[in-house]
Amino acid sequence: MSANQEPSTAVRSPKAATLDANEAVASVAYRLSETIAIYPITPSSPMAESCDEWSAKSRPNLWGSVPSLVEMQSEAGVAGAVHGMLNSGALTTTFTASQGLLLMIPNMYKIAGELLPFCFHVTARALATHALSIFGDHSDVMACRQTGFVMLASNSVQEAQDMACISHAATFETRVPFMHFFDGFRTSHEVSKIDLLDDEVLRSLVNEEAIRTFRSRALTPDKPSIRGTAQNPDVYFQAREACNPYYASVPKAVQGLMDRFAKLTGRQYHLFDYVGHPEADRVIIAIGSGAETAEEAAVWLNAQGQKVGVLKVRLYRPFNVEAFIAAMPASVKSIAVLDRTKEPGSVGEPLYLDVVTALAEARSSGLSRFACEPVVIGGRYGLGSKEFDPAMAKAIFDELLRERPKNHFTIGINDDVSGTSLDYDAEFDLEGSDVVRAVFFGLGADGTVGANKNSIKIIGEETSNFAQGYFVYDSKKSGAMTISHLRFGPRPISAHYLIKRANFVACHQATFMEKFDVLGYAVPKGVFLLNTPFGADVIWDHLPREVQQQIVEKELQFYVIDAASVAHAAGAGGRTNTIMQTCFFAISGVLPREEAIAQIKKAIKKTYGRKGDAVVAQNFAAVDQALAGLHQVKVPANCCNGHAMLPPVPDCAPDFVKRVTSVILENKGDLLPVSAFTADGTWPVATTQWEKRNIADKLPVWDSSICIQCNKCAFVCPHAAIRSKFYPSELLANAPEGFNSVKMRAQEGQSFTIQVAPEDCTGCTLCASVCPAKSKTDPSHKALTMTVIPERAKEAAQYAYFLDLPNPDRTLLKPEVKSSQFAQPLFEYSGACTGCGETPYLKLLTQMFGDRLVIANATGCSSIYGGNLPTTPYTTDKNGRGPAWSNSLFEDNAEYGLGFRFAIDKQNGMARELLTKLAPQIGDTLVADLLAGGGRDEAAIAAQRERVKALRDRLAGINALDARRLSDIADFLVRKSTWIVGGDGWAYDIGYGGVDHVLSTGANINILVLDTEVYSNTGGQMSKSTPFGATAKFAMAGKTRPKKDLGLMAMSYGNIYVARIAFGAKDAQTVKAFEEAESFDGPSLIIAYSHCIAHGYSLNHGLEQQRLAVESGTWPLFRYDPRRAAEGLNAMQIDNAPPKVRVADYLRNELRFKTKPENLAAFEAAAQEQVDQRVAFYQKLAGTGISEAAK
Amino acid sequence: MNLETDYLGLKLKNPIMPGASPLVDDLSTVRRLEDAGAAAIVMHSLFEEQIELERAALDRDVESHTESFAEALTYLPNEEDFNETSEQYLQLISKIKATVSVPVIASLNGITPGGWIDYAKLMEQAGADALELNYYDIPSNPSMTGAQIEARAVALVEAIRENVSIPIAVKLSPFFSSLPNFVKQLLGAGANGVVLFNRFYQPDINIEDLDTESVLELSTPSELRLRLRWLALLSAQIDTSYAATGGVHSAQDAIRAIMAGADAVQMVSALLRNGTDHLATVLADLTRWLEEHEYESLAQMRGTMNLKHCPDATAFERANYLRILKSWQV
Repeated sequence: MSANQEPSTAVRSPKAATLDANEAVASVAYRLSETIAIYPITPSSPMAESCDEWSAKSRPNLWGSVPSLVEMQSEAGVAGAVHGMLNSGALTTTFTASQGLLLMIPNMYKIAGELLPFCFHVTARALATHALSIFGDHSDVMACRQTGFVMLASNSVQEAQDMACISHAATFETRVPFMHFFDGFRTSHEVSKIDLLDDEVLRSLVNEEAIRTFRSRALTPDKPSIRGTAQNPDVYFQAREACNPYYASVPKAVQGLMDRFAKLTGRQYHLFDYVGHPEADRVIIAIGSGAETAEEAAVWLNAQGQKVGVLKVRLYRPFNVEAFIAAMPASVKSIAVLDRTKEPGSVGEPLYLDVVTALAEARSSGLSRFACEPVVIGGRYGLGSKEFDPAMAKAIFDELLRERPKNHFTIGINDDVSGTSLDYDAEFDLEGSDVVRAVFFGLGADGTVGANKNSIKIIGEETSNFAQGYFVYDSKKSGAMTISHLRFGPRPISAHYLIKRANFVACHQATFMEKFDVLGYAVPKGVFLLNTPFGADVIWDHLPREVQQQIVEKELQFYVIDAASVAHAAGAGGRTNTIMQTCFFAISGVLPREEAIAQIKKAIKKTYGRKGDAVVAQNFAAVDQALAGLHQVKVPANCCNGHAMLPPVPDCAPDFVKRVTSVILENKGDLLPVSAFTADGTWPVATTQWEKRNIADKLPVWDSSICIQCNKCAFVCPHAAIRSKFYPSELLANAPEGFNSVKMRAQEGQSFTIQVAPEDCTGCTLCASVCPAKSKTDPSHKALTMTVIPERAKEAAQYAYFLDLPNPDRTLLKPEVKSSQFAQPLFEYSGACTGCGETPYLKLLTQMFGDRLVIANATGCSSIYGGNLPTTPYTTDKNGRGPAWSNSLFEDNAEYGLGFRFAIDKQNGMARELLTKLAPQIGDTLVADLLAGGGRDEAAIAAQRERVKALRDRLAGINALDARRLSDIADFLVRKSTWIVGGDGWAYDIGYGGVDHVLSTGANINILVLDTEVYSNTGGQMSKSTPFGATAKFAMAGKTRPKKDLGLMAMSYGNIYVARIAFGAKDAQTVKAFEEAESFDGPSLIIAYSHCIAHGYSLNHGLEQQRLAVESGTWPLFRYDPRRAAEGLNAMQIDNAPPKVRVADYLRNELRFKTKPENLAAFEAAAQEQVDQRVAFYQKLAGTGISEAAK
Repeated sequence: MNLETDYLGLKLKNPIMPGASPLVDDLSTVRRLEDAGAAAIVMHSLFEEQIELERAALDRDVESHTESFAEALTYLPNEEDFNETSEQYLQLISKIKATVSVPVIASLNGITPGGWIDYAKLMEQAGADALELNYYDIPSNPSMTGAQIEARAVALVEAIRENVSIPIAVKLSPFFSSLPNFVKQLLGAGANGVVLFNRFYQPDINIEDLDTESVLELSTPSELRLRLRWLALLSAQIDTSYAATGGVHSAQDAIRAIMAGADAVQMVSALLRNGTDHLATVLADLTRWLEEHEYESLAQMRGTMNLKHCPDATAFERANYLRILKSWQV
């Protein structure tokens, strides 16, 4: 809200609403479009989702027609489709970010080259370089500045809506395509109160005549023309220059529209908006939300008597030198240009270069009007959503005072390696006292964020106050912490950065008090609300010393509530959000208490009204009882003798974990200097073991007396948090108290233990659910029962002892279910969802081949729980071997993995060549053994490793370059297992071309598709794997087309091993498929059924649903093994018995299949028919090839 | 032949209707049932547990995953885009109403007064002509007396009566210590009739898995006799609407039930086994039988074999058992 407010008689009285920029922008884009091509990518996905929802609900655009949407297989596909839509005369839009935007670049050149009026919206986001980042910066948009697209930036939620409108209107007028962008997350996800643009404003700005002209240029056989010719050296250049007048007209046209917009709305924008002292000596130039922050600092500094200003760049391309110079104060002596991107090796970042060039041009062309030529420095800030706050902006203004200010600086970090960073005073804070600032710590599942969004709506829409919310999520998919930052005040809120000092701090999860500096946010005499089972009279003694000290020193008003008990008493289940929201309103003073309660109840009525009066009454009761259960704590004056906070990692953790990981775990990663990190993004493995999350309420307890030692519990555990071992019984002599064991069946002298990892278990219950062992006298009692464990520490000690017990000799383990679980999992305690259906496959993979495993992992859930900081789950065995894991991109994963295979094979080949060459020095026998010793089984691999060790010993004594070269690559003489892993979004859609090609190469790779049938990581959007009838985002009314049969497509090659598996239905087949794929000397494809929270049911029924999927024929199990064909057998074997339950019995348990009732019966019948046909087809393929397992 | 009958105050063209079953899920089947002559459509039950569990499940399984991970603030389209079974049920009532011209009787299954009772009103609003309260209580709590169980049912009927103005039938099990007294209490609470009897789902035991398993077994005509006895006993003494359900497979079965005092008979197993057209066969047979036996109307036959009118009333009372035993000695 920084546009100059210019009163106008034509100003319409706007409707205010609280929403985020994604929704505000989507609303404009939707209303001004006829066709929309979409593909999900964070943080832009919600725009596409909104459009999909509106289209599904037949909401019309500005002209009364419902826009048509199509989801494509990638952003490259979107760009192609958009190009076609434009050339065929439809008003078109799309939304994207980051890598998605990069995939559009080739078509952006085409669209711009053909002067097609088009506007799309980008939530500017970091690019994957040394690491992936889903967060905001300008790396993506700056990579497009050469494409010929106009680039228009907006800095806030209000501006994002407004600029969206101006961009669409301007592209019609100028014919030049527009990319409108705003900061990912900071703007796209910030909830703010804004004035909405109604249809009349849109209608007033859109030039109907220009649209008619656009349509008249559409390709049509009724009036044919040709586009996309190939031009030769004689004409290409001239023809390329022909577009110049159109670009020249853009600045004037955009400013003209901005002026018309101002007349309609009162909000005046310019190509460059200068704010600050009219005679400023120092100016910051920036694009995006950071410019608003710089403005806040400038206003404060000017109030202190300084002369500073900020130039906000809105129209970045075409860069209009004239307007730029005109906007700058003539008095300026020094300029800092801020770029939210990094271009290593460049003279400077893009905006800096543009400013320097513009100033030089102005000087040479006589436009310059500065008293003296200003000094210009450039700096980087805010990469990957790094905070940029007024303290940092002030530091930049201060730097500009220096005689020789630091150029190419960084701000917001401590660069102790290259010395680029500016110091800043982290304590500096200029937020006004009229703004109420509240910070809430919540657990993902507890509804804190939802309740806060609701509070913002209440205050923003039901009162005259302004409200803003921004939400910080952690990187875990289960047990994640959320921090909500809320501001409320009587004037528009211009602070687009996190709250540092809050009047109100709430902690909705008491355990956070033990780990995080929650009260660091609290201002003196602020209000602190804690949700805790301990009452006001006893809570003090349960607080850590550090917390007690802060409460006393800051004289906080301290309140407690036992929200869980209140929720239980009110019959509201485990959700405490309404209760905590009520407490917030009751004690924060942001609204009069009675008014607030009335508003909460109004919101409840709106939310739950359709579920009946009883549910509403239940929630009302929760509100009323919350007030009764809220108590102020009498703080002892000087009594801070509580226990110490928990250390983030134990003392025995490795140095790096203590130095770096633990700081991130404490939520203080911002404090880490550059020197803490490697220069290339390499990171140590095996770190999840140091992050003890303790998120399970109940743990499985093992009754050894009835256990049948099947190991199915360990097999299905998504987090490797329940394990099985057998070991010599004499080792039990040192076992800690309570350590449970039983004689190992059929192994004399050996004992057996099932042990839970109490601090890593997420409490998903899959182990107890799969356990087949029931007590003969009380069949309700199984060998595993979920139980509340009072003494977690004792159990933890038992687990530590268990881990120290020796792992069995791998060469003795057979490739079958039980044996596989005696192998150490080299994938453990990931941040995957509780009950995840993907991770058991990955765990098994590491158990079977982990010490020789190389994984190429497509971006998606498996790359997030596999590689998202602070801790990562892939680990090593006692020899230090373990999976080598890497994520390149989303779209290129199959190719990336093929690259691994080729490089490995080549180095194996070179090692063999060198072996032969050096045989006389090494010894013929060892060389012959090494050349012959490339076997696959455990014994052969162990033997080959011994030979490589012996080889290295001998090479050490040979003084020759070849010997050193061979020593470097000798490990490649031991077989490596290459797996290409990813989800269905990758394998079926964006990466399918690569998957298909890599399979076709015949290379010895294994592809594992973790098939959740939707894009899980980005929030459940439809993929080509989504089954018929399933409702997903982008398939709101249920998918109307069948699931693609990826297995069948791969089988058509004839020389590819293909398996379709579901571990919850037939674990033995899963193990068999893994073993066969690995042993098959060629490409293998395994498609693995993975239950997922996006299916809409409680995942503790995940295994049951897998079984029903298979038993209904919905998910047929098969293995297609070309080796069988070579033996004269049918390559295809079906591994499940003919369907014995109806498809509906499977479908009805999942919300995703509960689409509109008018479709339900017909859909179930059609789904059954499709399955029947598929089953019949598979049976024909298999002939008599029904496997023994299926029989 | 005049087959008209009055059931729960509804004027029905004949006494035969499909009982609560999944048959009504498919609108074309519903249409075929009407074509076959069904006098009313009784819907399958919406269960109290279903309503409550579904509400909890939506909250637990869908909402609890929202707003906790930056890339995916939600994992499914909005909750209102999905249909809870209860909402599907309400929409099904409307659709059946729009499909057929005969009365539609919705069915609610539950035992404890609570929020789910709201659905009685919603069913009425959706167009149901009457409600069948499927009172399906397994008294497993040793501290609960029979009187308490009956009182709970009566309170439930009262609560529903307060919510709706359409007729209410209570579908009962035979396991009440004094069925006639209980029926009187229910009528006092506002019920308009009773349906005799619910066929309990009886779980079986899987001795391999040490688990229970559900088994659906269709009824046999022999099950009708229990209904006949109680129809005969009750209809002779208590004036209300009666429907027989469980064991009506043929016109002869229907005739027996009506003679024992039923105003209407519900068929399920026979229709599931023989198809919807079987209803037409039963109606035709019923008409023929009445004509062959020179009845003037169906009404003439109703209750003629109940306790008040039948030649040997004691047959329905205690002595019955002894006489059967004697017959075995012959």
